[in-house]
Amino acid sequence: MLQDRDRIFTNIYGFNDPFLGGARSRGDWDGTRDILAKGREWIVEEIKSSGLRGRGGAGFGTGLKWSFMPKESDGRPHYLVVNADEGEPGTCKDREIMRHDPHKLIEGCLLAGFAMGAHAAYIYVRGEFYRETEALQQAVDEAYDAGLLGDDACGSGWKMDVYVHRGAGAYICGEETALIESLEGKKGQPRLKPPFPANAGVYGCPTTVNNVESIAVAPEILRRGADWFAGFGRQNNTGTKLFNISGHVEHPCTVEEEMSIPLKTLIEKHAGGVRGGWDNLLAVIPGGASVPVIPKSICDNVLMDFDALREVQSGLGTAAVMVMDRSTDIIQAIARLSAFYKHESCGQCTPCREGTGWMMRVMNRMVTGEASLEEIDILEEVTRQVEGHTICALGDAAAWPIQGLIRHFRDEIEDRIRKRGRAAQAAE
Amino acid sequence: MPTLTIDGEEIEAEAGLTVLQACEIAGKEIPRFCYHERLSVAGNCRMCLVEVSPGPPKPAASCALPVADGMEVKTDSDMVRKARQGVMEFLLINHPLDCPICDQGGECDLQDQAMAYGNDGSRFLENKRAVEDKDLGPLIKTIMTRCIHCTRCIRFATEVAGVPELGATGRGENMEVGTYVEKALSSELSGNMIDLCPVGALTSKPYAFTARSWELKKTESIDVLDAVGSNIRVDTRGPEVMRILPRNNDGVNEEWISDKTRFACDGLRRQRLDKPYLRKDGKLQPVDWPEVLSVVGQMLAGTSGDKIAAIAGDLADAEAMLTLKELMDSLASPNIDCRQDGTRIGEGPRAAYLFNSTIDGIEDADALLIVGSNPRLEAPVLNARIRKRYLMGGFPVGLIGENADLTYRAEHLGAGPDTLQALIDGSIQFADVMKDAERPMIIVGTGALARPDGPAILAQSRKLGEAVGAVSGDWNGFNVLQRAASRIAGLDIGFRPGDGGRRTNQIIAGAASGDVEVVYLLGADEIDTTALGNAFVIYQGHHGDAGAHRADAILPGAAYTEKEATYVNVEGRAQQTKRAIFPPGDAKEDWAIIRALSESAGKKLPYDSLEQVRTRLAEIHPVFADIGEVTPAEWEAFGIEGDIESAPLRNPVTDFYLTDVISRASETMAECTAAARGGNPEKTGTDG
Repeated sequence: MLQDRDRIFTNIYGFNDPFLGGARSRGDWDGTRDILAKGREWIVEEIKSSGLRGRGGAGFGTGLKWSFMPKESDGRPHYLVVNADEGEPGTCKDREIMRHDPHKLIEGCLLAGFAMGAHAAYIYVRGEFYRETEALQQAVDEAYDAGLLGDDACGSGWKMDVYVHRGAGAYICGEETALIESLEGKKGQPRLKPPFPANAGVYGCPTTVNNVESIAVAPEILRRGADWFAGFGRQNNTGTKLFNISGHVEHPCTVEEEMSIPLKTLIEKHAGGVRGGWDNLLAVIPGGASVPVIPKSICDNVLMDFDALREVQSGLGTAAVMVMDRSTDIIQAIARLSAFYKHESCGQCTPCREGTGWMMRVMNRMVTGEASLEEIDILEEVTRQVEGHTICALGDAAAWPIQGLIRHFRDEIEDRIRKRGRAAQAAE
Repeated sequence: MPTLTIDGEEIEAEAGLTVLQACEIAGKEIPRFCYHERLSVAGNCRMCLVEVSPGPPKPAASCALPVADGMEVKTDSDMVRKARQGVMEFLLINHPLDCPICDQGGECDLQDQAMAYGNDGSRFLENKRAVEDKDLGPLIKTIMTRCIHCTRCIRFATEVAGVPELGATGRGENMEVGTYVEKALSSELSGNMIDLCPVGALTSKPYAFTARSWELKKTESIDVLDAVGSNIRVDTRGPEVMRILPRNNDGVNEEWISDKTRFACDGLRRQRLDKPYLRKDGKLQPVDWPEVLSVVGQMLAGTSGDKIAAIAGDLADAEAMLTLKELMDSLASPNIDCRQDGTRIGEGPRAAYLFNSTIDGIEDADALLIVGSNPRLEAPVLNARIRKRYLMGGFPVGLIGENADLTYRAEHLGAGPDTLQALIDGSIQFADVMKDAERPMIIVGTGALARPDGPAILAQSRKLGEAVGAVSGDWNGFNVLQRAASRIAGLDIGFRPGDGGRRTNQIIAGAASGDVEVVYLLGADEIDTTALGNAFVIYQGHHGDAGAHRADAILPGAAYTEKEATYVNVEGRAQQTKRAIFPPGDAKEDWAIIRALSESAGKKLPYDSLEQVRTRLAEIHPVFADIGEVTPAEWEAFGIEGDIESAPLRNPVTDFYLTDVISRASETMAECTAAARGGNPEKTGTDG
């Protein structure tokens, strides 16, 4: 259990003033200039040794990512882009940061931008987050007025500008290169990699794209030290993390907890337990819509971190825990996700463009049982034909939930098909 | 150079190449739909997947993956085959599979690849997607349900054609390719999208449902509808040209051709002169060859040489111009001219009328000045090359004359030729741009040279070229952009007035005043044929256009698809057409007509075969001995210095689609003209 004194996001519920006065009282912007004075290398090393892994879903080492930025500029400016296009179903952590603790993000922008030689940060906010954009913009304006940003940010001599940019509500724009395309004013479609953004990102310049949470925790790590952060969680899965618990629990919530907390503890301690008790649990999607579902038998013991969930063929993703009790039609739940991915596929690569529609239609028939048993295997194969064959990971994200469903709930699908078959026979 | 292994075979590939290109070097064919060597890499069809180690345990798109040392590539492993089969299945689930009624059938990439990677049955039990067709104008027919979203057409329009009018709207399976707001494409190169489209989504509208690719006879030839000399393939069935496609020639047209080149071929079927005619009692009457030859022969033999004149038109071939020149020589007539537009070029060295930089050389230039020309309309394929150079960056373009959208950014320096002097003086800023450039280029158009002060403008342009260092060492940046396919060959042969001879305008004036009694028009229709007075007009050509209308005797000749003929393109590159079909009716190859006529005129020319004519051509000018090659021209002074009027320069081409007898006879070109003029832009659909 995480102690209150170790929480980074101390105003995540918005009980206190989210703006500069409140933020300062919570310790934000404290000694920022001294941290900057320690230099780029120190910041990157500190983040590296804290073990912070990207909070956007993929879990790539944040410090390592920063270190990919060229040490010396070749004449092109460097950019920091913050991915605030939080569109993953079930996920609602970045919005809480933006509306209740925006200064953590802004301070993070300054420190991260400095660490990668960037004088400009773009925060790409999901279009639907209107209020969040307002709060964030207000906080940015405050920071400029207080001299925390601008030509001489925090009196450090470093010029730092932060721009808040609103997207138009496409899920794919949360993919880092599609986000960059969208930021440049083009149709949001992922780019081919290589070149990676660290070589050619926004306007062809070296760019790092980070999730809101990854950036927002950076100042606290730098203030309290890498060892403090690395003291939480298991090896390679360190730190604290915002978890979003939704679905069939008594008290859905967003909560900051230690990494590697057992799933069961997380749900019972913070969300008041599964509706109707733990034994009423059917399954959990542990990390946002794109990770495979895990059944109760796995939920009993699994730890909430990148590696533990990977071992059970799921993933931590954005740590958005969606809890489903036994009243859930699990097939329909996954079919709904298939519809989401069909709707959000950008249409660029063949497997995803054609495959998401195909999978959705078969899934819809699986819900009613209007399918044959062989189709389960065909569906499984179609997901394999999409997975790993596309430019970005949306293809994978569309495939995994179905794979998880077939892996753990094949009986349920077969039962429904048989039942439907018997009903049809009886009707004749 | 990185060394990599492809299917166990070690090869070296230049750094910067993609794995797909390396596989091609190794002789491995990689299926692809979106990748095209002349377009940017999209990497979206996912058909070119290969297995690469080291790397993640999933196949990689070879079109977008740069080669690296020690890479191990498998192009035919289980993983690869499975991945491609999967992609093929996805491509086919929503494809209508209407091959029997698809014009692409037989030359369809999807069809071909489906033979290798397709299943014999479908596992897709849902309804197929249908997509509404788009109206892209009179040239391109769309069946958008067949589209596989490779985006080649979008990339072509944006990158090569320079008209960013095509794009994708919608997401996922609702993504559609179109023009956002429905409209005809405004490119002169749009037909190339038909070739680029790997499926039957974009097909040729005029060609629709007329032939199958396997029943066509394919003849490799040369285009003559502009002076670029694009390499083409003429597809014929029986006596008809069904369509014209580009052939690859990196030196000339790469693999593009203009819409006129491609679609004007229906003009070859209409308005044809298929019989000899003589004007009797004021009306043209069909006659047979012996009669027309004897009448014309007697007319020529019975007229004193200085009262005979000949003008060669824009489509005349070298063989015909040579024989006609020699016939006129033997009749002692100095009045011959191949410059029916009135330009006074060819009176100096060869460098004064060639595109000296060569088309390929455009890519080496680093600044460009265009004088009195709109290359987009006069030579669209050449203009695409300029745009290609422009996109590489560091290529300022200045324009003197009529301002126009050239598909690249051009600074409009002035409308009149006085701007040339300002550039020589250095009084405008672009002069420094030209001087600072290492390989500056000047393109002088016929719009500037056809004026009475043309020779002075030519001289002025040469002076400017020399002043900014456009001619130095191995670089010759001075270019004249001809419009007529016949022009360079005509000037090389010397088809221009001899001592005391008349130029085109003097011939016309002489005919009007009665000083010239016989005028021989070799396909010359772009002169004022109504001003020829009472002269006896002989028209030799293939279309009933202005010249035939005025003629007293018509000798039906062959169009470029119907004869073996030599043309010299704008760079001075001699190329030969091949006979794809026979001329219609009684029409004959042009040199043979003149040879026969010389006999009836009592001045028999010593040629009994095409080879003999060509041997003679090679004697006259070495360019005709070196087919397909460009020989650089020596740089000497040229032009006639004199007063230059300040009147603005005018471009000669106002309607790209109607510039010669073939395109004027083409229904398709007429439709394009109508579409380009745009009808009524205010039209809302609710009116009328």
